[in-house]
Amino acid sequence: MATLKELAARGDKFTGGHRACAGCGATIVARQALLAAGKHPVVAGCATGCLEVVSTIYPYTAWNVPFVHSAFENSAATVSGAEAAYRSLKRQGKVADEIRFIAFGGDGGTYDIGIQSLSGAMERGHNMLYICYDNQAYMNTGIQRSSATPRGGHTTTSPAGKKQPGKLQFRKNLTEIIAAHNIPYVAQSVVGNWSDFTRKVEKALDKGGPAFIDVLQPCRLGWGYPPELTAEIGRLAVETNFWPLYEVEDGKHKLNYTPKERKPITDWLFQQERFRHLKGPEHQGLIDEIQRDVDQRWEALQKRCAL
Amino acid sequence: MSKQVALLQGNEACALGAIYAGCDFFGGYPITPSTEVAEEMALMLPRSGGKFIQMEDEIAGIGTVLGAAAAGAKAMTATSGPGFSLMMELLGYGCMAELPCVIVNVQRGGPSTGLPTKGAQADMLQARWGTHGDHQAIALCPSSIEECFTQTVKCFNLAERFRMPVLLMMDEFIGHMREKMTIPQPGELETYTHPRPKIKPAEYRHFGEGTGVGGAYAAMGSGYRFNITGLTHDPKGFPTNRADETKWKMDRLRAKVADHLPELTEVEREFMDDAEIVIFSYGAAARTAQQAVREARAQGVKAGLLRPTVVWPFPDQVVTEALRQARAMVVAELNQGQMILEVERANRTHTRVLPALRYDGEMITPAEVMNVIAEAAR
Repeated sequence: MATLKELAARGDKFTGGHRACAGCGATIVARQALLAAGKHPVVAGCATGCLEVVSTIYPYTAWNVPFVHSAFENSAATVSGAEAAYRSLKRQGKVADEIRFIAFGGDGGTYDIGIQSLSGAMERGHNMLYICYDNQAYMNTGIQRSSATPRGGHTTTSPAGKKQPGKLQFRKNLTEIIAAHNIPYVAQSVVGNWSDFTRKVEKALDKGGPAFIDVLQPCRLGWGYPPELTAEIGRLAVETNFWPLYEVEDGKHKLNYTPKERKPITDWLFQQERFRHLKGPEHQGLIDEIQRDVDQRWEALQKRCAL
Repeated sequence: MSKQVALLQGNEACALGAIYAGCDFFGGYPITPSTEVAEEMALMLPRSGGKFIQMEDEIAGIGTVLGAAAAGAKAMTATSGPGFSLMMELLGYGCMAELPCVIVNVQRGGPSTGLPTKGAQADMLQARWGTHGDHQAIALCPSSIEECFTQTVKCFNLAERFRMPVLLMMDEFIGHMREKMTIPQPGELETYTHPRPKIKPAEYRHFGEGTGVGGAYAAMGSGYRFNITGLTHDPKGFPTNRADETKWKMDRLRAKVADHLPELTEVEREFMDDAEIVIFSYGAAARTAQQAVREARAQGVKAGLLRPTVVWPFPDQVVTEALRQARAMVVAELNQGQMILEVERANRTHTRVLPALRYDGEMITPAEVMNVIAEAAR
C-alpha cells in the first residue's frame, strides 16, 4: 500500500478549483480515490449529483482523467459498457494500457435510483470499482431524504415537526446488499481516515473483478456542522460504531477497526443540526431505539467477522 | 374568513392548489426544478391527514401514485424532464388502466440532464406522444402563479372526470417565479370528485358502457370485484386478444377526449377581435407574448394574443379560425418549434406562420417577439 509520501508524489488526478462547498467530503473521496488508483490509467464515471455538478462546470473540470457523466441512475451501467468495450479492444490487441474503471455515485444515485444498475454491473462481473460517496441525503437538490438517511434525520422531505421527528425509517444496509452479490471485494470506509480509504481503493483495483466501496461522507450543508469538522465527524461515526470500517474479501468479513471504548451515538448525532430536534426528553425513546439499532448492527457485523 | 393574499412561487402555488383540490396522496422523487412541490407536500400532507411518500426513483413515483389512484385517493406526483422520461411507460399504464391522477412536469432544458436550473417548454410533444401506443392526453399550461394554483385544481377535476392521468406542464420560469395571488376561499373554485357506484357488486363492470367520462367507478377494496391491468382488456378488466374487444377498448380511450373537445378547449384571448397578427403562445412564453402584443398595439399594429390554457387536446378549431382571420400567426415558445407543428397542422388557409423561438435556457424577451411581429406585419 502506498505511503502518504508516495501518494503525495503522484500528483492529483482530481484537482482543486472546483465549486464544492468549503469542507465538502465528496471531493475528498474523489481526490483520494484517484490518488490511490494512481499507478494505473483510470477512466472515471459519475452519476448526476453534487460531485458531478461541482467538478465539471464549463469551461473547467477537476478531473485529470477521462471522465463521463451519465444520467442519475446509470453510472454503473455506463462504466460497465466502457469496461466491456475496453476488454474487447484489449483482446483484439488495440489497447496496450492496463486501465482501471471507477464509477462514482452519491447515495441517491446508488442506494435508490441507481441500485438496479449497480446490482446488474456487480452481478455481470465487470472489472470495475464502484464508489458510493454516501452523504445520506439528496444534497444536490437541496437535502431530501434517501434510503441512506438515518432514522430521525431532518430533511426537507422528512421534516422534523410536531407530527413526525424527522425520518421515520432506519437506513438501508447497502454494503451488505452488495456483499450478497458474492463479488471479490466490498468495503466500508469513511472520510476522515485517508489510509483506510486509499488502502481499500488500491486493494479493490488490484483484486480484479467487480468491487464496491461505500464511503460515509459528512456533508456540512446537509448535516449542519462547521466546515472544518468534516473529517472529525466522519471519524466520530466510526468511534460510535455507527459506521464500522470493514471489508468483505472473497466472501470473508473482516473488521478493520474496533473503537477502544464505543462512544454513545448522541456524541455523533448532536454534532449535527439535522438531529438537533431529538435533544428533548420527549425523544429519549427514539434515541434509545437508534442506539439499540447501532448496537445490534455492530453485533451482527462482529458475528459475520467471526465466521 | 378574510381574503388571504400571499406571495408565492409557482411550485408552492401548485402544491397549495393540490391540497385545495383534495389531493390526499403524493408520491415523488426530488428533481430540480420541481422539488419544492414535493417539499411543500411533505409539509402539508401529514397535517391534513394525507400521505406523502418519497420513492426511490420516478418510475416508483408514478407507480405508487397509480396504486393510490386505484385505491381511491386523489393522487399526484411532480417531476421534471429526466423524471418525466422515466415515467413514460407508466403514464401509458395510467391511460390503459384508466386511473385518475395528476402529473406535474416543471419543464427544464433538455435533452437528458440538460439545464436543470433553467426553463424550457421542450417536453410539449413528449406530453402528447411520449408513451407508446395510441392514447389521448390532457395537458394544461399555466402562465402565472395564480394559474399554477387554479390549473392544479382543474387538473384534479379533469382526472376524476375523464378517468385518466392529467398533465400540468409548468416550466422552470413559472415554477420558480414569485407573484402575489389571492388564495381562493373554500368553495370558490369547483372541486370535482367522481361518483362511486351504487349498483350491486355482481352487476358492476369497472369499464362499463360508454366512455366512462363523468361516470361512477369503484376503488380497490370497496367491495366491487374487478381487474386492473396494462394488458388490453374487456369491460370487466380482464385481458383479451379478441379484435372486437380490442377495438372497443381503443375506441373508448379515444372517444373519452375526442367526444368532449368543446369541454376541453380553453383559450384566453387578448385584442383578438380585430387582430391581424395573432401571437399563439402558452405557459411562461405567453407572459412575454402578452407584453409584446400590448407594445405592438401601442405602436398601432393590430396584434392579438391567443393563449391556450389546455394545450392537449390541441384547440384545433380555435386555431383554424384564428388563422382564417389573421394575416399571419406568430408562435412564441421556448423550444426549437413544437406546438408550431400543431398550428401548421390546423392551418387550412395557408396563412403565414412565423416562429419566435428561444431554447438557450433564457426567457424570450418582448423585443424578440416584437421583431417577429414586425416581420409578420410587413
